[in-house]
Amino acid sequence: MSVIDVQKDLAALTLTVTSRFEAAPPRVWQVWSDPRQLERWWGPPSHPATVVEYELTPGGTVTYYMTAPDGQRFHGWWRVRSVGAPSGLEFEDGFADDEGKPNPDLPTTIVRVTLDADEAAGGAATVMRIVTTFGDEAAMKQVLDMGVAEGMSEALGQIDALLAA
Amino acid sequence: MVVDRESGDRADRIFAALSDATRREIVAMTLTAEYSVSELARRFPVSFAAVQKHVAVLERAGLVIKRRSGREQRVRGNADALREAHRLLDQLADVWRGRVERIGALLAEPEPEPEPGLDLDLDPGGA
Repeated sequence: MSVIDVQKDLAALTLTVTSRFEAAPPRVWQVWSDPRQLERWWGPPSHPATVVEYELTPGGTVTYYMTAPDGQRFHGWWRVRSVGAPSGLEFEDGFADDEGKPNPDLPTTIVRVTLDADEAAGGAATVMRIVTTFGDEAAMKQVLDMGVAEGMSEALGQIDALLAA
Repeated sequence: MVVDRESGDRADRIFAALSDATRREIVAMTLTAEYSVSELARRFPVSFAAVQKHVAVLERAGLVIKRRSGREQRVRGNADALREAHRLLDQLADVWRGRVERIGALLAEPEPEPEPGLDLDLDPGGA
């Protein structure tokens, strides 16, 4: 099992998925930095991804489409925010129209990837953390400004208790 | 993202609505009891108009339901919408579980030959 932890935080609007691989960070980095490798895992087997543009530099754009079994294409894009090979990257992930142009009316998510060598394994393993944040940058900034990372407010604890009931 | 567009759009509204502390507290309060907008306004250090605005944002996101009772507007929380937010995060988690599994399978394969001329790979990789 590669996934070791999944955290859902309604307050911070984030999903954090932590996983571990038996490979050093430079190797794990390649699955992100090589578009041919990226194509092999980004889409589910039923909707394989094809990368069209690939510019993994700050401000750069990655465009791709996923092909459904009936041949229909779903276009998506990344806007690269930062790249720190081989330890991480951050990008905005959004939908595009049928011609691959970003659709500003559809929601985007911010994806932050960090790759850390597992020192206990002599650096031969990697812990990969993917933090996905819903909402646009302004909403996220607002959330960070509020310092919700301090922990869930009493109100949210209450909401979670209600949902669990 | 495989999360479909319509639910993604809805998620955006839900999460944007929940990104404000006052709105989160309004949701939490109204999940256990119904309040009028003026009752809510008394409990927060903000104006009646501000609370009204917060309630409107929450209503658009489907997080609260408003009904008129005489001259009052009564507000109650909609637990289903919050479950929906959880469900959407679950959906997104499943997308990433699938991706992580496929990365694991890819890494278990013998090292691929680096593509000639591909300058994007900043690290020589391997050992």
